[in-house]
Amino acid sequence: MSNSNTKPDGAARLGWAGVRRHPLLLVLPALVLLILIMAVPLITIIARSFIDPVPGLGNYSWFFSHKLNLIVLWRTFVISFWVTISCVLVAYPYAFAMSVAGPRLRLILVLCVLVPFWVSGVVRTLAWVIILQDTGVINQFVIWLGFDKLSLIRTQLGVTIGMTQVLLPFMVMPLFAVMRGIDLRLIEAAKSLGSHPVKAFFQVYLPLSLPGVFAGATIVFILALGFYITPLLLGGPSSTMLSTLVQQQVMSLLNWGRGGAMGVILLVATFGFLALASPFMRRKYDISGGSK
Amino acid sequence: MRRILPRILLGTICVLIALWLVAPTLVVVPMSFAEQKSLVFPPSGFSLQWYENFFTNKQWYGSLIVSLKVALIVALLATVLGTLAAIGIERAKGRSAGILRAILITPIIIPGVVMAIGIYAVYLDTRLVGTLTGYVLAHTMLALPFVVIAVGASLSVFDARLETAAASLGASRLSAFFTVTLPLILPGILSGMLFAFVTSFDEVIVSLFITSPQATTLPVRIFASITRDSDPTVAAVGSLTFLATTIIIGAGLLVGTRRGRSK
Amino acid sequence: MKDFATKAKGAAIDIKGVSKHYGRFKALDDVDLQIQPGEFMSFLGPSGSGKTTTLNLIAGFTDLTRGEIRLDERSIGNTPAHKRNIGVVFQHYALFPHMTVAKNVAYPLQQRRVPKPAREAAVRETLAKVQLQDFAHRYPSELSGGQQQRVALARAMVFDPSVLLMDEPLGALDKKLREFLQLEIKRIHRELGSTFVYVTHDQEEALVLSDRIAVFNKGKIEQVGTGMELYTKPRTLFVGQFIGESSVLRGAHVEDGGAAVFTINGTPVRAARPAAGEGAHVILLRPETVSVHGAASDAPEGANRLTGTVTEALYLGSGVKYEVTIPGGTVISARMANAERLLTIGEEATVAWQPQDSILLADDGSAAQM
Repeated sequence: MSNSNTKPDGAARLGWAGVRRHPLLLVLPALVLLILIMAVPLITIIARSFIDPVPGLGNYSWFFSHKLNLIVLWRTFVISFWVTISCVLVAYPYAFAMSVAGPRLRLILVLCVLVPFWVSGVVRTLAWVIILQDTGVINQFVIWLGFDKLSLIRTQLGVTIGMTQVLLPFMVMPLFAVMRGIDLRLIEAAKSLGSHPVKAFFQVYLPLSLPGVFAGATIVFILALGFYITPLLLGGPSSTMLSTLVQQQVMSLLNWGRGGAMGVILLVATFGFLALASPFMRRKYDISGGSK
Repeated sequence: MRRILPRILLGTICVLIALWLVAPTLVVVPMSFAEQKSLVFPPSGFSLQWYENFFTNKQWYGSLIVSLKVALIVALLATVLGTLAAIGIERAKGRSAGILRAILITPIIIPGVVMAIGIYAVYLDTRLVGTLTGYVLAHTMLALPFVVIAVGASLSVFDARLETAAASLGASRLSAFFTVTLPLILPGILSGMLFAFVTSFDEVIVSLFITSPQATTLPVRIFASITRDSDPTVAAVGSLTFLATTIIIGAGLLVGTRRGRSK
Repeated sequence: MKDFATKAKGAAIDIKGVSKHYGRFKALDDVDLQIQPGEFMSFLGPSGSGKTTTLNLIAGFTDLTRGEIRLDERSIGNTPAHKRNIGVVFQHYALFPHMTVAKNVAYPLQQRRVPKPAREAAVRETLAKVQLQDFAHRYPSELSGGQQQRVALARAMVFDPSVLLMDEPLGALDKKLREFLQLEIKRIHRELGSTFVYVTHDQEEALVLSDRIAVFNKGKIEQVGTGMELYTKPRTLFVGQFIGESSVLRGAHVEDGGAAVFTINGTPVRAARPAAGEGAHVILLRPETVSVHGAASDAPEGANRLTGTVTEALYLGSGVKYEVTIPGGTVISARMANAERLLTIGEEATVAWQPQDSILLADDGSAAQM
């Protein structure tokens, strides 16, 4: 009798009862898509790296026994590292200016970061080709000044410049999110206690903004590891990154096993780094919430 | 003196950075009016031939139509799936919800080429290479995280007690969702939808692998053109998309500020 | 729909053996309560006492663990919230920020598919009742807290619900506005004739507004009654201390000639009746029944007397308020209409009260709340 009261809902809520009890059912459609179009392909690649053409670790021992592969792997890390460093150096003052600017100026600064972001990545890379090429804008200027022309395109420097611009929003946004929360009066307080302004910055402001730096740097670094288009168009043989090798193995040489092994190495590097870095990012500033 | 100098320094640095962010993109605009077929800056002469070429060459405008079709369907599909998922995660809270959220966001992190060869491998077996369905499925997967993030952000500031209030006023759960929840998280849904559209419209890596002569998306066409020859049509396309996005963002800002004022 | 043709009358609410458990925690434990049609009933108690839980159960926001709730003889345990036709006013207002005042108030009518002309008329009429007719096209964010609360009230009553539930509706407002809105709510209750259930932790507010008050404590109802009953005849120490000001005297007691006699600081102190049941008892004193005297001889005949030191003496114009601390640290407060002279702090004094003013209660160990 009174037991009936423990039953959940009236007839009207019956259709929603399942969802009400288990709201995660709503995630199911998205999850199915992710399993079919993300998980199955990744598993296929991982599987092929171990069984194609013959079962075993052949593809991995091939990768690690060929110097060229190791050079490219190392270079991928080095370029990503420099891109991350440049992003931090460029984004830090910029995000700081955003955090202290008035609403109107802030909007303009945000737009400047985001506008390139909204323009086709391929077209943007094309613009860098036009600017950096041997007959490009920068070299015309350099020659006009009376210097020798610089080698920018097809070098690691060119690739770094292009990638830094593409990845900058991912650095600026988390930094800005953190800096906006920092009470500037803390610096004033430090100064009033006799700290030199520069010292006050390093002792007070910088440590407080570090979670933003770590969050931004992590997402920039792992995105840089997998970059493909920019290094391809702006780079040359001396700046090939791992993604290009993967593409060559699979599309040109039809060697799914070796390409797959490289892909797995790239995946492991990405997630390994993410796992290493996550303790340094406080929960509040996780990459997913702050990056966009 | 001591107070002014750092300000000037910071201002100068920011102007330079802003210039470095925006100027390269603007370079393509004069290129699109070039007279000769070359990508040397500054271009000489003035002509509209590359715009004409874009709209008369079936390969070019055909790929625009493919891209628009795919991006529109992706925007709808990703928004529906992503919004449902975000609501589910917000309702459930707890540990498993957090894990699911992390899973839904992974497509952002997976290196593009790895994702691309995987999808290519699966599509070869399922005959999805170069099909509209193939593009739509892949792009929807890639766009999902942005919808989940945008809608999730809206939901986290949405006051769920309003739904309780709606129920007390006679609204069924469904009715409360459509009259109260949906209008209030709409900004998040719309920005998620915009992100989804742009993600698809811009996507090049996966598309490069699963493309076919029958159905090529615009970014793939641009990429092919850049690697093959110095065709300024690319600059025309770039200028057009730049113009389109500027208009969309400008309109969005206008609506946004007007809304902000009326409330 | 037909509810709108005839003026709605208040419904009776019958709560029988209702429990609500969250895991092991008993938010509400076997509660019985009858609310009369058209009555203004307040749920009073500290936070976490179960009053809001009871309200949520009536509204249908949470499911019962056990028991039954009837609305005019009709069990509503299985009726979803949106079909109960009960109006609710929330402490946080819960106005829809994307709708104007008029749209907020029209919302329940829209959900009930009331045709547009009738809807607009009802909205106008209801907004006039809360004196907000000029604000119909504003958004909630453009209103003050008090105005928002009145919109919430209008929205909860526009569909003529037979029951109106209010969950600390004035909790977020300042004292002056609160007192003004209390009178408004009382007026609206008279005009509507619906049953009002009002949750509050403010005993003064409960006394001002209610026909009857249910005092909640630890998931149970301690006592139900009019304000006067609760004040003069509290059934538990908790109720006695929660409603109004009081002093509590603890001490060993014996029965002597049909009345309990306590020994405090060696002095016998009498009640007018015997202690009911076993266990420790206390004497609860209301300040206006206690008098304070500079000389013991001034105390009235037959009164209980205790001596102590004046630790607070306030002249209030209409009278005097004292606090006298007796040896052992117990503080006794007194309020007197007038006094020959104002005693000073630190002075020795005698407190006195008649045995029939000793409120004899079982000692449930509850500490003073207010």
